[in-house]
Amino acid sequence: MSTSLQLGIIVGYLLVALGVGLAAYRVTDRAAEDFYLASRTFGTVVLLFTVFATLLSAFTFFGGPDTAYAFGPEWILVMGLMDGLIFAVLWYVVGYKQWLLGQRHGYVTLGELLGDRFGSRAIRALVAVVSLFWLFPYVMLQQIGAGGALAALTDGTVPFAAGATLVTGFMIAYVVLAGMRGIAWTDTLQGAFMLCTVWAALGWVLVAVDGGLGTINAGLAATSPEFLALGSEFYSPETMLTFAVSIAFGVAMFPQVNQRFFTAASETVLKRSFALWPVLVLVLFVPAFLLGTWGRGLGLEADIGAGESILPVILAEYTPAWFAALVVAGAIAAMMSSSDSMLLSGSSYFTRDIYRPLVDEGLSERREDRLGRAGVVVFAVGALLASVWAEAEAFGAATVGSILVEIGDLAFGGFAQLALPVIVALYWRRTTATGIAAGIVCPQAVYVAFNFLPETAVGSVSLFSDTYFGWGISIYCMLLGLAVTVAVSAATSPNPNANAEDHFRLEAD
Amino acid sequence: MASTVERYGWAVVMGILIVLAIPWFLWGVDRVVLGLPLWLWWHIGWMLLASVVFRQFTRRAWGIWIVETGGEAA
Repeated sequence: MSTSLQLGIIVGYLLVALGVGLAAYRVTDRAAEDFYLASRTFGTVVLLFTVFATLLSAFTFFGGPDTAYAFGPEWILVMGLMDGLIFAVLWYVVGYKQWLLGQRHGYVTLGELLGDRFGSRAIRALVAVVSLFWLFPYVMLQQIGAGGALAALTDGTVPFAAGATLVTGFMIAYVVLAGMRGIAWTDTLQGAFMLCTVWAALGWVLVAVDGGLGTINAGLAATSPEFLALGSEFYSPETMLTFAVSIAFGVAMFPQVNQRFFTAASETVLKRSFALWPVLVLVLFVPAFLLGTWGRGLGLEADIGAGESILPVILAEYTPAWFAALVVAGAIAAMMSSSDSMLLSGSSYFTRDIYRPLVDEGLSERREDRLGRAGVVVFAVGALLASVWAEAEAFGAATVGSILVEIGDLAFGGFAQLALPVIVALYWRRTTATGIAAGIVCPQAVYVAFNFLPETAVGSVSLFSDTYFGWGISIYCMLLGLAVTVAVSAATSPNPNANAEDHFRLEAD
Repeated sequence: MASTVERYGWAVVMGILIVLAIPWFLWGVDRVVLGLPLWLWWHIGWMLLASVVFRQFTRRAWGIWIVETGGEAA
Protein backbone atom coordinates (compact mmCIF):
# COMPACT_ATOMS: atom_id res chain seq x y z
CA MET A 1 0.00 0.00 0.00
CA SER A 2 2.90 2.28 0.71
CA THR A 3 4.08 2.23 -2.91
CA SER A 4 0.70 3.10 -4.38
CA LEU A 5 0.23 5.73 -1.70
CA GLN A 6 3.58 7.27 -2.58
CA LEU A 7 2.85 7.13 -6.31
CA GLY A 8 -0.50 8.74 -5.60
CA ILE A 9 1.19 11.53 -3.65
CA ILE A 10 3.74 12.11 -6.41
CA VAL A 11 1.06 12.27 -9.09
CA GLY A 12 -1.03 14.52 -6.83
CA TYR A 13 1.94 16.82 -6.26
CA LEU A 14 2.62 17.09 -9.98
CA LEU A 15 -1.05 17.83 -10.68
CA VAL A 16 -1.09 20.58 -8.06
CA ALA A 17 2.05 22.02 -9.68
CA LEU A 18 0.33 21.90 -13.07
CA GLY A 19 -2.70 23.68 -11.60
CA VAL A 20 -0.46 26.40 -10.19
CA GLY A 21 1.22 26.61 -13.60
CA LEU A 22 -2.14 27.12 -15.29
CA ALA A 23 -3.13 29.79 -12.78
CA ALA A 24 0.18 31.56 -13.40
CA TYR A 25 -0.31 31.31 -17.17
CA ARG A 26 -3.61 33.17 -16.88
CA VAL A 27 -2.02 36.19 -15.20
CA THR A 28 1.09 36.18 -17.39
CA ASP A 29 1.81 38.72 -20.14
CA ARG A 30 3.04 37.21 -23.37
CA ALA A 31 6.44 38.86 -23.15
CA ALA A 32 9.88 37.40 -22.58
CA GLU A 33 10.58 39.50 -19.49
CA ASP A 34 7.46 38.16 -17.86
CA PHE A 35 8.14 34.56 -18.85
CA TYR A 36 11.73 34.65 -17.60
CA LEU A 37 11.50 37.05 -14.65
CA ALA A 38 7.80 37.36 -13.76
CA SER A 39 8.25 41.05 -14.67
CA ARG A 40 10.45 41.58 -11.56
CA THR A 41 7.61 41.42 -9.06
CA PHE A 42 8.60 38.94 -6.33
CA GLY A 43 8.02 39.63 -2.65
CA THR A 44 10.25 38.45 0.18
CA VAL A 45 8.69 35.07 0.92
CA VAL A 46 8.41 33.98 -2.70
CA LEU A 47 11.93 35.16 -3.50
CA LEU A 48 13.52 33.43 -0.51
CA PHE A 49 11.72 30.15 -1.05
CA THR A 50 12.22 30.05 -4.78
CA VAL A 51 15.97 30.57 -4.44
CA PHE A 52 16.06 27.97 -1.71
CA ALA A 53 13.90 25.34 -3.37
CA THR A 54 15.65 25.81 -6.69
CA LEU A 55 18.90 24.55 -5.34
CA LEU A 56 18.36 22.57 -2.24
CA SER A 57 15.13 20.62 -2.29
CA ALA A 58 16.58 17.16 -2.80
CA PHE A 59 19.71 17.89 -0.80
CA THR A 60 17.74 18.86 2.31
CA PHE A 61 15.99 15.50 2.47
CA PHE A 62 18.47 13.08 0.95
CA GLY A 63 22.04 14.26 0.33
CA GLY A 64 22.38 16.35 3.48
CA PRO A 65 21.04 13.87 6.07
CA ASP A 66 22.99 11.11 4.30
CA THR A 67 26.22 13.07 4.67
CA ALA A 68 25.46 13.70 8.35
CA TYR A 69 24.70 10.00 8.81
CA ALA A 70 27.87 8.85 7.09
CA PHE A 71 30.40 11.43 8.31
CA GLY A 72 28.85 13.38 11.18
CA PRO A 73 26.76 16.54 11.57
CA GLU A 74 29.56 19.06 10.87
CA TRP A 75 28.02 19.62 7.44
CA ILE A 76 25.59 21.89 9.32
CA LEU A 77 28.49 24.30 9.85
CA VAL A 78 29.45 24.07 6.19
CA MET A 79 25.88 24.98 5.22
CA GLY A 80 25.81 27.86 7.70
CA LEU A 81 29.03 29.33 6.38
CA MET A 82 28.14 28.61 2.75
CA ASP A 83 24.50 29.62 2.52
CA GLY A 84 23.85 31.58 5.67
CA LEU A 85 26.86 33.88 5.41
CA ILE A 86 28.98 33.78 2.23
CA PHE A 87 26.00 33.45 -0.07
CA ALA A 88 24.13 36.12 1.90
CA VAL A 89 27.02 38.55 1.42
CA LEU A 90 27.11 37.66 -2.29
CA TRP A 91 23.35 38.25 -2.31
CA TYR A 92 24.24 41.86 -1.53
CA VAL A 93 27.56 42.26 -3.35
CA VAL A 94 26.50 40.56 -6.60
CA GLY A 95 22.73 40.40 -6.25
CA TYR A 96 21.90 43.96 -5.21
CA LYS A 97 24.21 45.45 -7.81
CA GLN A 98 22.77 43.18 -10.51
CA TRP A 99 19.26 44.09 -9.41
CA LEU A 100 19.98 47.83 -9.59
CA LEU A 101 21.44 47.45 -13.06
CA GLY A 102 18.57 45.21 -14.13
CA GLN A 103 16.05 47.83 -13.01
CA ARG A 104 17.80 50.53 -15.03
CA HIS A 105 18.71 48.67 -18.19
CA GLY A 106 16.19 45.82 -18.31
CA TYR A 107 18.74 43.02 -18.22
CA VAL A 108 17.37 39.48 -18.05
CA THR A 109 20.61 37.50 -17.84
CA LEU A 110 24.08 37.96 -16.41
CA GLY A 111 25.60 37.61 -19.89
CA GLU A 112 23.42 40.44 -21.17
CA LEU A 113 24.54 42.69 -18.32
CA LEU A 114 28.23 42.00 -18.88
CA GLY A 115 27.94 42.15 -22.65
CA ASP A 116 26.45 45.62 -22.37
CA ARG A 117 28.96 46.79 -19.78
CA PHE A 118 31.87 45.81 -22.03
CA GLY A 119 30.13 46.62 -25.32
CA SER A 120 30.93 43.10 -26.45
CA ARG A 121 28.68 40.42 -27.89
CA ALA A 122 31.51 37.93 -27.48
CA ILE A 123 31.53 38.38 -23.69
CA ARG A 124 27.77 37.94 -23.64
CA ALA A 125 27.97 34.70 -25.61
CA LEU A 126 30.98 33.46 -23.62
CA VAL A 127 29.17 33.74 -20.29
CA ALA A 128 26.16 31.94 -21.78
CA VAL A 129 28.20 29.15 -23.35
CA VAL A 130 30.24 28.50 -20.20
CA SER A 131 27.02 28.46 -18.14
CA LEU A 132 25.25 26.08 -20.51
CA PHE A 133 28.30 23.80 -20.55
CA TRP A 134 27.81 23.17 -16.80
CA LEU A 135 24.02 23.47 -16.71
CA PHE A 136 23.16 20.90 -19.38
CA PRO A 137 24.78 17.91 -17.63
CA TYR A 138 23.43 19.16 -14.31
CA VAL A 139 19.90 18.94 -15.75
CA MET A 140 20.78 15.42 -16.94
CA LEU A 141 21.65 14.48 -13.36
CA GLN A 142 18.17 15.58 -12.26
CA GLN A 143 16.55 13.51 -15.00
CA ILE A 144 18.67 10.47 -14.21
CA GLY A 145 17.74 10.90 -10.54
CA ALA A 146 14.03 11.23 -11.31
CA GLY A 147 13.98 8.23 -13.68
CA GLY A 148 15.92 6.15 -11.15
CA ALA A 149 13.64 7.16 -8.28
CA LEU A 150 10.50 6.18 -10.21
CA ALA A 151 12.04 2.87 -11.29
CA ALA A 152 13.06 2.09 -7.71
CA LEU A 153 9.68 3.09 -6.27
CA THR A 154 7.74 0.88 -8.69
CA ASP A 155 10.25 -1.99 -8.61
CA GLY A 156 10.97 -1.52 -12.28
CA THR A 157 7.32 -1.51 -13.45
CA VAL A 158 8.05 1.98 -14.76
CA PRO A 159 11.46 1.44 -16.40
CA PHE A 160 14.12 4.16 -16.22
CA ALA A 161 13.63 5.55 -19.71
CA ALA A 162 9.85 5.69 -19.34
CA GLY A 163 10.12 7.38 -15.93
CA ALA A 164 12.62 9.96 -17.11
CA THR A 165 10.50 10.66 -20.22
CA LEU A 166 7.31 11.04 -18.19
CA VAL A 167 8.91 13.46 -15.77
CA THR A 168 10.56 15.45 -18.57
CA GLY A 169 7.32 15.62 -20.54
CA PHE A 170 5.51 16.90 -17.50
CA MET A 171 8.27 19.40 -16.80
CA ILE A 172 8.14 20.78 -20.35
CA ALA A 173 4.37 21.27 -20.20
CA TYR A 174 4.66 22.89 -16.82
CA VAL A 175 7.56 25.25 -17.54
CA VAL A 176 6.24 26.29 -20.95
CA LEU A 177 2.92 27.15 -19.34
CA ALA A 178 3.98 28.56 -16.02
CA GLY A 179 7.18 30.47 -16.67
CA MET A 180 9.05 32.02 -13.77
CA ARG A 181 5.92 33.07 -11.88
CA GLY A 182 4.37 29.60 -11.70
CA ILE A 183 7.70 28.00 -10.83
CA ALA A 184 8.23 30.41 -7.96
CA TRP A 185 4.73 29.81 -6.63
CA THR A 186 5.21 26.04 -6.53
CA ASP A 187 8.65 26.58 -5.00
CA THR A 188 7.00 28.52 -2.20
CA LEU A 189 4.51 25.73 -1.53
CA GLN A 190 7.36 23.27 -1.63
CA GLY A 191 9.46 25.31 0.79
CA ALA A 192 6.62 25.56 3.29
CA PHE A 193 6.06 21.81 2.93
CA MET A 194 9.74 21.05 3.60
CA LEU A 195 9.88 23.32 6.61
CA CYS A 196 6.79 21.83 8.25
CA THR A 197 7.57 18.18 7.55
CA VAL A 198 11.19 18.32 8.67
CA TRP A 199 10.24 19.77 12.08
CA ALA A 200 7.31 17.36 12.41
CA ALA A 201 9.67 14.47 11.69
CA LEU A 202 12.17 15.72 14.26
CA GLY A 203 9.48 16.03 16.92
CA TRP A 204 8.04 12.63 16.08
CA VAL A 205 11.38 10.88 16.41
CA LEU A 206 12.12 12.62 19.73
CA VAL A 207 8.78 11.53 21.17
CA ALA A 208 8.95 8.00 19.75
CA VAL A 209 12.45 7.16 21.00
CA ASP A 210 12.46 5.88 24.58
CA GLY A 211 14.57 8.29 26.59
CA GLY A 212 14.69 10.82 23.73
CA LEU A 213 17.93 12.71 23.20
CA GLY A 214 19.65 10.91 26.07
CA THR A 215 19.27 7.54 24.34
CA ILE A 216 20.33 8.96 20.98
CA ASN A 217 23.46 10.61 22.39
CA ALA A 218 24.38 7.49 24.38
CA GLY A 219 24.12 5.53 21.14
CA LEU A 220 26.31 8.07 19.35
CA ALA A 221 28.89 8.08 22.14
CA ALA A 222 29.02 4.29 22.00
CA THR A 223 29.20 3.74 18.22
CA SER A 224 30.57 6.96 16.72
CA PRO A 225 32.00 9.22 19.43
CA GLU A 226 33.73 11.30 16.74
CA PHE A 227 30.29 12.54 15.61
CA LEU A 228 29.93 14.70 18.71
CA ALA A 229 33.39 16.27 18.49
CA LEU A 230 33.97 19.05 15.97
CA GLY A 231 36.15 17.91 13.07
CA SER A 232 37.25 14.50 11.83
CA GLU A 233 39.35 12.94 9.14
CA PHE A 234 36.60 13.73 6.62
CA TYR A 235 35.88 17.19 8.01
CA SER A 236 39.27 18.88 7.95
CA PRO A 237 39.31 22.70 8.03
CA GLU A 238 40.58 22.75 4.43
CA THR A 239 37.83 20.44 3.17
CA MET A 240 35.07 22.32 4.98
CA LEU A 241 36.30 25.67 3.67
CA THR A 242 36.77 24.37 0.13
CA PHE A 243 33.19 23.11 0.04
CA ALA A 244 31.71 26.22 1.65
CA VAL A 245 33.59 28.73 -0.51
CA SER A 246 33.36 27.05 -3.89
CA ILE A 247 29.72 26.03 -3.52
CA ALA A 248 28.65 29.46 -2.23
CA PHE A 249 30.31 31.26 -5.15
CA GLY A 250 29.05 28.57 -7.54
CA VAL A 251 25.48 28.99 -6.32
CA ALA A 252 25.61 32.74 -7.01
CA MET A 253 26.55 32.02 -10.63
CA PHE A 254 24.17 29.12 -11.25
CA PRO A 255 21.85 30.56 -13.95
CA GLN A 256 18.61 29.76 -12.13
CA VAL A 257 19.84 31.43 -8.93
CA ASN A 258 21.70 34.33 -10.52
CA GLN A 259 18.68 35.19 -12.65
CA ARG A 260 16.52 35.41 -9.53
CA PHE A 261 18.62 38.39 -8.40
CA PHE A 262 16.72 40.34 -11.06
CA THR A 263 13.26 39.32 -9.88
CA ALA A 264 12.88 41.19 -6.59
CA ALA A 265 10.01 43.67 -6.63
CA SER A 266 11.81 46.31 -4.56
CA GLU A 267 14.82 47.12 -2.45
CA THR A 268 12.82 46.31 0.65
CA VAL A 269 12.39 42.75 -0.61
CA LEU A 270 16.14 42.41 -1.12
CA LYS A 271 16.85 43.84 2.32
CA ARG A 272 14.42 41.58 4.10
CA SER A 273 15.59 38.45 2.35
CA PHE A 274 19.22 39.38 3.01
CA ALA A 275 18.59 39.56 6.76
CA LEU A 276 16.53 36.36 6.77
CA TRP A 277 19.08 34.10 5.03
CA PRO A 278 20.91 32.92 8.16
CA VAL A 279 17.62 32.18 9.95
CA LEU A 280 16.26 30.16 7.03
CA VAL A 281 19.47 28.15 6.87
CA LEU A 282 19.18 27.50 10.58
CA VAL A 283 15.57 26.35 10.68
CA LEU A 284 15.82 24.16 7.60
CA PHE A 285 19.17 22.45 7.85
CA VAL A 286 19.67 21.90 11.57
CA PRO A 287 16.64 19.59 11.94
CA ALA A 288 17.26 17.82 8.62
CA PHE A 289 20.90 17.07 9.35
CA LEU A 290 20.23 16.18 12.99
CA LEU A 291 17.83 13.49 11.77
CA GLY A 292 20.63 11.97 9.71
CA THR A 293 22.99 12.08 12.67
CA TRP A 294 20.41 10.57 14.99
CA GLY A 295 19.91 7.71 12.53
CA ARG A 296 23.48 6.77 13.37
CA GLY A 297 22.93 7.14 17.13
CA LEU A 298 19.83 4.95 16.92
CA GLY A 299 21.79 2.21 15.20
CA LEU A 300 19.76 2.32 11.96
CA GLU A 301 21.28 0.91 8.78
CA ALA A 302 21.36 2.56 5.36
CA ASP A 303 23.87 1.69 2.66
CA ILE A 304 24.64 5.23 1.51
CA GLY A 305 27.34 4.07 -0.90
CA ALA A 306 24.79 1.88 -2.71
CA GLY A 307 22.35 4.75 -3.13
CA GLU A 308 20.16 4.19 -0.07
CA SER A 309 19.07 7.17 2.02
CA ILE A 310 18.81 7.38 5.78
CA LEU A 311 15.77 9.65 6.07
CA PRO A 312 13.20 7.12 4.73
CA VAL A 313 14.68 4.53 7.13
CA ILE A 314 14.24 6.78 10.18
CA LEU A 315 10.74 7.79 9.14
CA ALA A 316 9.71 4.18 8.57
CA GLU A 317 11.00 3.25 12.01
CA TYR A 318 9.55 6.07 14.12
CA THR A 319 6.68 7.78 12.31
CA PRO A 320 3.33 6.51 10.96
CA ALA A 321 3.34 5.02 7.46
CA TRP A 322 1.24 7.80 5.95
CA PHE A 323 3.63 10.46 7.24
CA ALA A 324 6.72 8.64 5.98
CA ALA A 325 5.07 8.16 2.58
CA LEU A 326 4.09 11.83 2.47
CA VAL A 327 7.59 13.09 3.22
CA VAL A 328 9.44 10.70 0.94
CA ALA A 329 7.04 11.15 -1.95
CA GLY A 330 7.02 14.91 -1.41
CA ALA A 331 10.81 14.95 -1.51
CA ILE A 332 10.94 12.84 -4.65
CA ALA A 333 8.38 15.07 -6.34
CA ALA A 334 10.38 18.13 -5.29
CA MET A 335 13.52 16.56 -6.68
CA MET A 336 11.75 15.85 -9.96
CA SER A 337 10.61 19.41 -10.30
CA SER A 338 13.92 20.99 -9.37
CA SER A 339 14.99 20.99 -13.00
CA ASP A 340 12.10 23.30 -13.92
CA SER A 341 13.92 26.52 -13.13
CA MET A 342 17.10 25.22 -14.78
CA LEU A 343 15.20 24.57 -17.99
CA LEU A 344 13.80 28.08 -17.90
CA SER A 345 17.18 29.70 -17.25
CA GLY A 346 18.94 27.50 -19.78
CA SER A 347 16.42 28.54 -22.38
CA SER A 348 16.78 32.23 -21.56
CA TYR A 349 20.58 32.08 -21.72
CA PHE A 350 20.31 30.46 -25.12
CA THR A 351 17.66 32.67 -26.70
CA ARG A 352 18.76 35.91 -25.07
CA ASP A 353 22.53 35.68 -25.20
CA ILE A 354 23.29 33.39 -28.11
CA TYR A 355 20.35 33.37 -30.56
CA ARG A 356 19.29 37.00 -30.30
CA PRO A 357 22.66 38.77 -30.55
CA LEU A 358 24.22 36.34 -33.02
CA VAL A 359 21.32 35.24 -35.25
CA ASP A 360 18.35 37.60 -35.11
CA GLU A 361 18.88 40.96 -33.45
CA GLY A 362 15.51 42.43 -34.34
CA LEU A 363 13.52 39.82 -32.41
CA SER A 364 10.23 41.21 -31.05
CA GLU A 365 9.24 40.71 -27.39
CA ARG A 366 6.36 38.46 -28.37
CA ARG A 367 8.44 36.31 -30.71
CA GLU A 368 11.18 36.04 -28.12
CA ASP A 369 8.60 34.85 -25.62
CA ARG A 370 7.56 32.08 -28.01
CA LEU A 371 11.16 31.27 -28.82
CA GLY A 372 11.94 31.04 -25.09
CA ARG A 373 9.17 28.49 -24.63
CA ALA A 374 10.46 26.52 -27.62
CA GLY A 375 13.95 26.71 -26.12
CA VAL A 376 12.66 24.97 -23.00
CA VAL A 377 11.45 22.05 -25.13
CA VAL A 378 14.73 21.78 -27.04
CA PHE A 379 16.86 21.97 -23.90
CA ALA A 380 14.76 19.42 -22.00
CA VAL A 381 14.50 16.93 -24.85
CA GLY A 382 18.23 17.21 -25.55
CA ALA A 383 19.09 16.52 -21.94
CA LEU A 384 16.58 13.64 -21.82
CA LEU A 385 18.04 11.96 -24.93
CA ALA A 386 21.55 12.32 -23.52
CA SER A 387 20.39 10.86 -20.16
CA VAL A 388 18.64 7.86 -21.66
CA TRP A 389 21.53 7.25 -24.04
CA ALA A 390 24.05 7.47 -21.21
CA GLU A 391 21.99 5.21 -18.95
CA ALA A 392 21.51 2.58 -21.68
CA GLU A 393 25.27 2.57 -22.29
CA ALA A 394 24.73 2.27 -26.03
CA PHE A 395 27.71 2.35 -28.36
CA GLY A 396 30.22 4.83 -26.96
CA ALA A 397 27.64 6.08 -24.48
CA ALA A 398 29.32 4.61 -21.41
CA THR A 399 32.31 6.88 -21.86
CA VAL A 400 30.47 9.99 -23.00
CA GLY A 401 27.74 9.35 -20.43
CA SER A 402 30.12 9.03 -17.53
CA ILE A 403 31.96 12.18 -18.65
CA LEU A 404 28.66 14.09 -18.75
CA VAL A 405 27.69 12.83 -15.31
CA GLU A 406 31.08 13.89 -14.02
CA ILE A 407 30.65 17.37 -15.52
CA GLY A 408 27.30 17.61 -13.72
CA ASP A 409 28.92 16.63 -10.44
CA LEU A 410 31.57 19.31 -10.91
CA ALA A 411 29.06 22.02 -11.84
CA PHE A 412 29.22 23.98 -8.59
CA GLY A 413 33.00 24.34 -8.86
CA GLY A 414 32.65 25.18 -12.54
CA PHE A 415 30.18 27.99 -11.88
CA ALA A 416 32.30 29.22 -8.98
CA GLN A 417 35.03 30.00 -11.54
CA LEU A 418 32.78 32.68 -13.03
CA ALA A 419 32.19 34.50 -9.76
CA LEU A 420 35.42 36.43 -9.13
CA PRO A 421 35.89 37.77 -12.67
CA VAL A 422 32.25 38.90 -12.58
CA ILE A 423 32.70 40.61 -9.20
CA VAL A 424 35.84 42.36 -10.47
CA ALA A 425 33.89 43.58 -13.50
CA LEU A 426 31.06 44.83 -11.30
CA TYR A 427 33.33 46.77 -8.97
CA TRP A 428 36.47 47.81 -10.84
CA ARG A 429 36.00 50.34 -13.63
CA ARG A 430 39.31 49.48 -15.24
CA THR A 431 38.29 45.91 -16.03
CA THR A 432 38.54 45.35 -19.79
CA ALA A 433 36.72 42.94 -22.11
CA THR A 434 39.97 41.10 -22.79
CA GLY A 435 40.63 40.95 -19.04
CA ILE A 436 37.35 39.34 -18.14
CA ALA A 437 37.44 37.02 -21.16
CA ALA A 438 40.87 35.73 -20.11
CA GLY A 439 39.73 35.62 -16.48
CA ILE A 440 36.80 33.39 -17.44
CA VAL A 441 38.54 31.10 -19.94
CA CYS A 442 41.79 30.38 -18.05
CA PRO A 443 40.36 29.01 -14.78
CA GLN A 444 37.70 27.04 -16.70
CA ALA A 445 40.39 25.35 -18.77
CA VAL A 446 42.57 24.61 -15.75
CA TYR A 447 39.61 23.40 -13.67
CA VAL A 448 38.46 21.02 -16.40
CA ALA A 449 42.02 19.80 -17.07
CA PHE A 450 42.76 19.07 -13.41
CA ASN A 451 39.48 17.22 -12.98
CA PHE A 452 39.59 15.15 -16.14
CA LEU A 453 43.20 14.48 -17.03
CA PRO A 454 44.83 11.55 -15.22
CA GLU A 455 47.18 12.45 -12.39
CA THR A 456 50.73 12.57 -13.70
CA ALA A 457 53.96 12.84 -11.74
CA VAL A 458 56.34 15.49 -13.07
CA GLY A 459 59.50 15.19 -11.03
CA SER A 460 58.41 15.37 -7.40
CA VAL A 461 55.21 17.24 -8.24
CA SER A 462 51.95 15.49 -9.03
CA LEU A 463 50.16 17.25 -11.89
CA PHE A 464 46.34 17.16 -12.33
CA SER A 465 45.54 16.22 -8.75
CA ASP A 466 42.13 17.17 -7.25
CA THR A 467 43.60 18.70 -4.11
CA TYR A 468 46.84 20.36 -3.07
CA PHE A 469 47.74 20.81 0.61
CA GLY A 470 44.19 19.75 1.48
CA TRP A 471 42.55 22.55 -0.55
CA GLY A 472 40.38 21.63 -3.53
CA ILE A 473 41.50 22.60 -7.01
CA SER A 474 38.44 24.84 -7.45
CA ILE A 475 39.85 27.27 -4.86
CA TYR A 476 43.16 27.60 -6.71
CA CYS A 477 41.32 28.10 -10.00
CA MET A 478 39.17 30.85 -8.47
CA LEU A 479 42.31 32.69 -7.36
CA LEU A 480 43.80 32.18 -10.82
CA GLY A 481 40.67 33.71 -12.38
CA LEU A 482 40.94 36.73 -10.09
CA ALA A 483 44.64 37.23 -10.85
CA VAL A 484 44.22 36.82 -14.61
CA THR A 485 41.25 39.21 -14.77
CA VAL A 486 43.13 41.92 -12.90
CA ALA A 487 46.49 41.42 -14.65
CA VAL A 488 45.13 41.27 -18.20
CA SER A 489 42.80 44.22 -17.55
CA ALA A 490 45.75 46.26 -16.32
CA ALA A 491 47.73 45.38 -19.44
CA THR A 492 44.99 46.10 -21.99
CA SER A 493 42.88 49.16 -22.75
CA PRO A 494 39.08 49.33 -22.43
CA ASN A 495 36.81 48.90 -25.41
CA PRO A 496 35.65 52.35 -26.61
CA ASN A 497 32.11 50.91 -26.96
CA ALA A 498 31.98 49.91 -23.30
CA ASN A 499 29.25 51.38 -21.08
CA ALA A 500 31.17 51.19 -17.82
CA GLU A 501 30.03 54.64 -16.64
CA ASP A 502 26.37 53.60 -16.72
CA HIS A 503 27.26 50.75 -14.42
CA PHE A 504 28.95 52.81 -11.76
CA ARG A 505 26.92 55.98 -11.37
CA LEU A 506 24.21 54.30 -9.39
CA GLU A 507 21.73 55.78 -7.01
CA ALA A 508 19.47 53.87 -4.68
CA ASP A 509 15.81 53.58 -5.64
CA MET B 1 26.63 59.35 3.43
CA ALA B 2 28.88 56.47 4.31
CA SER B 3 32.18 57.51 5.78
CA THR B 4 35.41 55.65 5.09
CA VAL B 5 35.26 54.25 8.61
CA GLU B 6 31.80 52.86 7.98
CA ARG B 7 32.77 51.36 4.64
CA TYR B 8 35.76 49.52 6.05
CA GLY B 9 34.04 48.85 9.35
CA TRP B 10 31.19 46.95 7.74
CA ALA B 11 33.63 44.93 5.63
CA VAL B 12 35.46 43.94 8.82
CA VAL B 13 32.18 43.01 10.53
CA MET B 14 31.14 40.79 7.60
CA GLY B 15 34.62 39.28 7.61
CA ILE B 16 34.39 38.38 11.29
CA LEU B 17 30.95 36.81 10.80
CA ILE B 18 32.36 34.62 8.04
CA VAL B 19 35.62 33.70 9.74
CA LEU B 20 33.99 32.58 12.98
CA ALA B 21 31.01 30.79 11.42
CA ILE B 22 32.93 27.61 12.16
CA PRO B 23 34.00 27.76 15.83
CA TRP B 24 37.66 26.90 15.27
CA PHE B 25 38.40 27.28 19.00
CA LEU B 26 36.04 24.33 19.70
CA TRP B 27 37.94 22.03 17.32
CA GLY B 28 37.92 18.48 18.70
CA VAL B 29 35.66 19.41 21.64
CA ASP B 30 32.91 16.82 22.13
CA ARG B 31 31.04 18.37 25.05
CA VAL B 32 27.27 17.92 24.88
CA VAL B 33 25.09 20.65 26.37
CA LEU B 34 21.31 20.19 26.67
CA GLY B 35 21.44 17.24 24.31
CA LEU B 36 23.35 18.90 21.47
CA PRO B 37 27.08 19.27 20.83
CA LEU B 38 28.44 22.56 22.19
CA TRP B 39 29.64 23.62 18.73
CA LEU B 40 26.09 23.25 17.41
CA TRP B 41 24.88 25.77 19.99
CA TRP B 42 27.55 28.13 18.72
CA HIS B 43 26.19 27.66 15.20
CA ILE B 44 22.63 28.41 16.34
CA GLY B 45 23.71 31.53 18.23
CA TRP B 46 25.98 32.70 15.43
CA MET B 47 23.31 32.42 12.73
CA LEU B 48 20.87 34.40 14.88
CA LEU B 49 23.55 37.01 15.54
CA ALA B 50 24.32 37.18 11.81
CA SER B 51 20.66 37.80 11.08
CA VAL B 52 20.55 40.67 13.60
CA VAL B 53 23.75 42.17 12.18
CA PHE B 54 22.44 41.86 8.61
CA ARG B 55 19.24 43.58 9.67
CA GLN B 56 21.24 46.45 11.15
CA PHE B 57 23.24 46.61 7.94
CA THR B 58 20.07 46.96 5.86
CA ARG B 59 18.91 49.79 8.14
CA ARG B 60 22.11 51.78 8.48
CA ALA B 61 24.41 50.97 5.62
CA TRP B 62 22.43 49.49 2.70
CA GLY B 63 23.93 50.72 -0.54
CA ILE B 64 27.44 51.03 0.86
CA TRP B 65 30.18 50.03 -1.65
CA ILE B 66 27.59 50.08 -4.45
CA VAL B 67 25.57 53.27 -4.61
CA GLU B 68 27.09 56.69 -5.18
CA THR B 69 26.82 58.76 -2.02
CA GLY B 70 28.51 62.02 -2.79
CA GLY B 71 32.00 60.53 -2.68
CA GLU B 72 33.42 57.76 -4.78
CA ALA B 73 31.58 54.46 -4.23
CA ALA B 74 33.17 51.09 -4.81
